[in-house]
Amino acid sequence: MASVSIRDLAVRFGAVTVLQKLRLDIAEGEFIVLLGPSGCGKSTLLNAVAGLLDVSEGQVWIGGKNVTWEEPKDRGIGMVFQSYALYPSMSVRKNLSFGLRVAGLPKAEVEHRVARAAKILQIEPLLDRRPSQLSGGQRQRVAIGRALVRDVDVFLFDEPLSNLDAKLRTELRVEIKRLHQELGSTMIYVTHDQIEALTLADRVAVMSGGLIQQLATPKEIYRRPVNRFVAGFVGSPSMNFVEGRLSTTGGGVALEVGEGARVPLDGYVFATPPQDGRPATLGVRPEQLTLAAVEGGSRLPVVFNLVESMGADSLAWGRIAGALASMRVEPEEEVPTGRPVEIFFHPEHASLFDAKTGERL
Amino acid sequence: MTALPATAPSAVVPSGPRPKRVAASRIVLYGILLVAALYYLLPLYVMVTTSLKGLPEIRLGNIFAPPLEVTFEPWVKAWTSACTGLTCKGLSPGFWNSVKITIPSTVLSVLIAAVNGYALVNWRFRGSEFFFTALIFGSFIPYQVMVYPLVLVTASLGIFGTLQAVILIHTIFGMPILTLLFRNYFASLPPELFKAARVDGAGFWRIFFQIMLPMSLPILAVAIILQVTGIWNDFLFGVIFAGTQNYPMTVQLNNIVNSTQGVREYNVNMAATILTGLVPLAVYFVSGRLFVRGIAAGAVKG
Repeated sequence: MASVSIRDLAVRFGAVTVLQKLRLDIAEGEFIVLLGPSGCGKSTLLNAVAGLLDVSEGQVWIGGKNVTWEEPKDRGIGMVFQSYALYPSMSVRKNLSFGLRVAGLPKAEVEHRVARAAKILQIEPLLDRRPSQLSGGQRQRVAIGRALVRDVDVFLFDEPLSNLDAKLRTELRVEIKRLHQELGSTMIYVTHDQIEALTLADRVAVMSGGLIQQLATPKEIYRRPVNRFVAGFVGSPSMNFVEGRLSTTGGGVALEVGEGARVPLDGYVFATPPQDGRPATLGVRPEQLTLAAVEGGSRLPVVFNLVESMGADSLAWGRIAGALASMRVEPEEEVPTGRPVEIFFHPEHASLFDAKTGERL
Repeated sequence: MTALPATAPSAVVPSGPRPKRVAASRIVLYGILLVAALYYLLPLYVMVTTSLKGLPEIRLGNIFAPPLEVTFEPWVKAWTSACTGLTCKGLSPGFWNSVKITIPSTVLSVLIAAVNGYALVNWRFRGSEFFFTALIFGSFIPYQVMVYPLVLVTASLGIFGTLQAVILIHTIFGMPILTLLFRNYFASLPPELFKAARVDGAGFWRIFFQIMLPMSLPILAVAIILQVTGIWNDFLFGVIFAGTQNYPMTVQLNNIVNSTQGVREYNVNMAATILTGLVPLAVYFVSGRLFVRGIAAGAVKG
């Protein structure tokens, strides 16, 4: 176990800045997920922690030691890759023991550790096979095992489940969670899959443009996104956004939408005092909208045009003030389509962003 | 589960007319292929039959006729006693010279190029792209331009006219194409393999020998075939750099065929030519299937 501290880390490739002055402190035994779209720098950050690329500025500390210029092997890390990266010319056993043999461990110790890792990951019957004779899920188990045998303090996962089919992905996700609970190691996990992020993480770091946009618990990220990017990126289907203007006149704060429609925001907790006339974006998640009137709720005008059945629930698609919007409804609920109706939400659960900066208001 | 009737499997048969066994286009295709094959095999046929004839029979002038009396004497003479310039020991010294040139040149050039390609892909250093571009650019300069400077270089190294010189020259001239070959091959391997090995603590040479090289069999085969056939068939560098006592087989063959004294022994010439060409031929036949082997299967996505 070890803590990881990233201090003002910058990575540039020529003129391209991939990470800019990034700070991140990870506690011992914490499970951190780096979540973000392609090209946001999350894999670069992971590679920098692993020591697989040269950083331009800043430091990486692992276990209270500055390892910025240490070799990957001296950092106490193990890494699992999306493409498994098993050595094709070696058997599973050889794959697992490669790092230990490089380190020159005694033979008995190597065998002991391989056997233990194989047992934890339930790959004992596969030890003498070649990687090409394994299924995708088995390969990824072996790849995890390769980190496991080395008794590392920090596990680094680079989109480990992205190449697997949906069922296996769920299975291995649970397995990784179990592994974390058993080992108590620090884990840094890169993914663009928000389900993985929300289910696995102690804390999620949502990244974009080489910066951490928000670092918080999955709940917090989901409920109180700090800016419009995080709000739009986390959640499926995406949060609904309604553009408007803040109005503080006429009793309470409200959002003026379109042609004079007022959406009261009573109960919303403002981070900064609301300014009259400021352009703002209201964000409401699909499951926060209801057809039935709720007490203390505000209403939004909407025209629905399509209902998608998802099995457990349905999604009603329509437009609120011209913007595409969706609402999660019970499968048996009747959704009126083709004509204007009103739907309801609680402003205290909604989010409000500055229309220009995208910051939470 | 309901049991299927016993007849069920046979009930499902392909429907529609069975395709005709031989279409007209097939006949034309095979006809053309056959003619092309004959066209290319004819010279070989003439060479083999002529090499098996005695000189009186050759003088009859019918080059397509099969030998009336098969004799292996021309082959024996070509190998052991044909005159190559001043000495009359046949091709065998040339054969061994070629072996002595080809094997070290191939091993050296392939190994160095493999390391080059590996370093250029996985251990990028400042100016590595420039280095690579310069190397490739070098392969576009005509050989003739470089011959005289290289003669001076080898002479000042004190190895001009020796085996070392010709081996050095072959290694240098193999470098651009082989490096390109290995670089592209290593670049096609998943970079995660290299990263994983680094995390496992392996260094430059260990990753090269234990991870990369075992995955390189297909490209090694290609490189070896290229080098063995190329160096074996080389004439220019052999005649310039090797020195008379080290002349490779191709140079000796030329000396046999082009010697103008006495009668032209066509049968011996033919036998000598076939003997010289046997090594590249054998290489192609033996190693052809290695080309198509995919060793990397299973390393990447399933």
